Amino acid sequence: MSELAKLTIAQARDAMRKGETSSAEITKACLNEIEGAGALGAFAHHTPEIAINQAEAADARIKGGDSPDMCGIPLGIKDLFCTKGVPSQAASGILEGFKPAYESTVTTQLFDAGAVMLGKLNMDEFAMGSSNETSVYGNAINPWKVDDRALTPGGSSGGSASAVAADLCLAATGTDTGGSIRQPAAFVGITGMKPTYGRVSRWGIVAFASSLDQAGPMTKDVRDAAIMLRAMCGHDAKDSTSADLPVPDFEAALTGDIKGKTIGIPKEYRMEGMPEEIEKLWADGTAMLKDAGAKIVDISLPHTKYALPAYYVIAPAEASSNLARYDGVRFGHRAKLAQGDGITEMYEKTRAEGFGAEVQRRVMVGTYVLSAGFYDAYYNRARKVRTLIKRDFEQVFGDGVDAILTPATPSAAFALGENFDPIQMYLNDVFTVTVNLAGLPGISVPAGLDKQGLPLGLQLIGRPWEEADLLNVAYRLEQSAGFVAKPGKWW
Amino acid sequence: MSIDTETARRVAKLARIKVEDDALPALAGEFNAILGFIEQLNEVDVDGVEPMTSVTPQRLKRRVDVVTDGSQQDAVLKNAPDAREGFFAVPKVVE
Repeated sequence: MSELAKLTIAQARDAMRKGETSSAEITKACLNEIEGAGALGAFAHHTPEIAINQAEAADARIKGGDSPDMCGIPLGIKDLFCTKGVPSQAASGILEGFKPAYESTVTTQLFDAGAVMLGKLNMDEFAMGSSNETSVYGNAINPWKVDDRALTPGGSSGGSASAVAADLCLAATGTDTGGSIRQPAAFVGITGMKPTYGRVSRWGIVAFASSLDQAGPMTKDVRDAAIMLRAMCGHDAKDSTSADLPVPDFEAALTGDIKGKTIGIPKEYRMEGMPEEIEKLWADGTAMLKDAGAKIVDISLPHTKYALPAYYVIAPAEASSNLARYDGVRFGHRAKLAQGDGITEMYEKTRAEGFGAEVQRRVMVGTYVLSAGFYDAYYNRARKVRTLIKRDFEQVFGDGVDAILTPATPSAAFALGENFDPIQMYLNDVFTVTVNLAGLPGISVPAGLDKQGLPLGLQLIGRPWEEADLLNVAYRLEQSAGFVAKPGKWW
Repeated sequence: MSIDTETARRVAKLARIKVEDDALPALAGEFNAILGFIEQLNEVDVDGVEPMTSVTPQRLKRRVDVVTDGSQQDAVLKNAPDAREGFFAVPKVVE
């Protein structure tokens, strides 16, 4: 039974179409795995009734010969996605009890294609964090272990990463504002993709930093990322930044042939104090792409160093504005008021009680950088630096580079509770955040294990809107790296 | 740029987040650490650079200016902590 939960999307799709198994069977296998995996803290809300109903409907559809790729595939949905009638809290106390009256565009599209929702996945509160330690639900835990310490699955899509790596679901949705799909994917040895900004509708996804947020798939391999991405993207009139472009068949692009492609290796990503193992992984990945017939060129992205500081102005600024809506009036938590408290006290107490420490910190930093007298010095300067970061990429793509290879993270997964300093935590996103600032597609592919036996990922960055090509390079890298390791079951 | 306790109090007020007096010095310290990190941006020559407004150069789509949704009072009020007689209820705003 548990073997069914280990299937990839492609395997399950093909087996269901042949009648070898059914969505009901796979879904029950996943529900069973989830039940036994409470120790991972991956699922925050369970929706077995919805899952079984959707699975039966999918089976009827497949029998009738109508089976889109995602039909009958059981998924975990990050808690950031609004799902109709199902708690959607963004892992925050301030959205306690909130059950949306509507369905996000991404989940609507997935369900219309026949996908099955197993439940809502743990994450960092409002997607602010890199370790899943800021969640109101408690920590999500990495299924990988090397000693008795509990390791982080990364963040903010930590529950998604943990659930996919532990085979609790076939795949999961994630969102990525500064690395929140790619960093956790790397920490647990799965594939995670952030598409080009505008590829996937943001409608119905709780907003963190609207100019950076993008949803994407977190899957067991690159083929699955291609399949699931196709079902998630497309133009949506309800998101004015969603692109009205045709959606290619990404899976059909996976030929594994990258002969003649030019892969850039950016020198600025060679960080001081970077672990030797990451250096080696990167060199090995470069050699693999070269052996596959790609041309390797050294490139420079001179403003890389300024990406994180620019991000920590822009993202908090947008968050302070987006999170202004949590005021205890329309949804979620409202503080108990004392005699004589007015509306201002209601706002202040509600937000102090409802938001966790990291969210409060970022909202206040955002408020500060947008406040009169500092707007130009911080916010406008950061937006100018963002222009320069994007220009760096445009330059190298203009020079003929097809994709850029970098490490996905500066380290393997660290222990929960180990990383207390906010700025140390921010450095987790040093290789991923540039991609959000430039609006580019990026994918993290598991490529090896470190000395302790923990997974490490490599990141590929592509040209805007060329996810198909990027996925093909990632597919080649995946084949060459041959990463098949799985965490030993301890939960 | 150093943030003192008074500035921290002002920012918390602007953000409408209640911070107790005894927590203000630690908060000011955290702001200073983060702003110290952000200060690196001052090294960059941004003369003549336009601040980014849209990361993908696309024209926002327009639609006809007509009502496309509405008459959903119950759904809108359903998640409110306090809704009465078809309205959101809040503490008295005007004396």
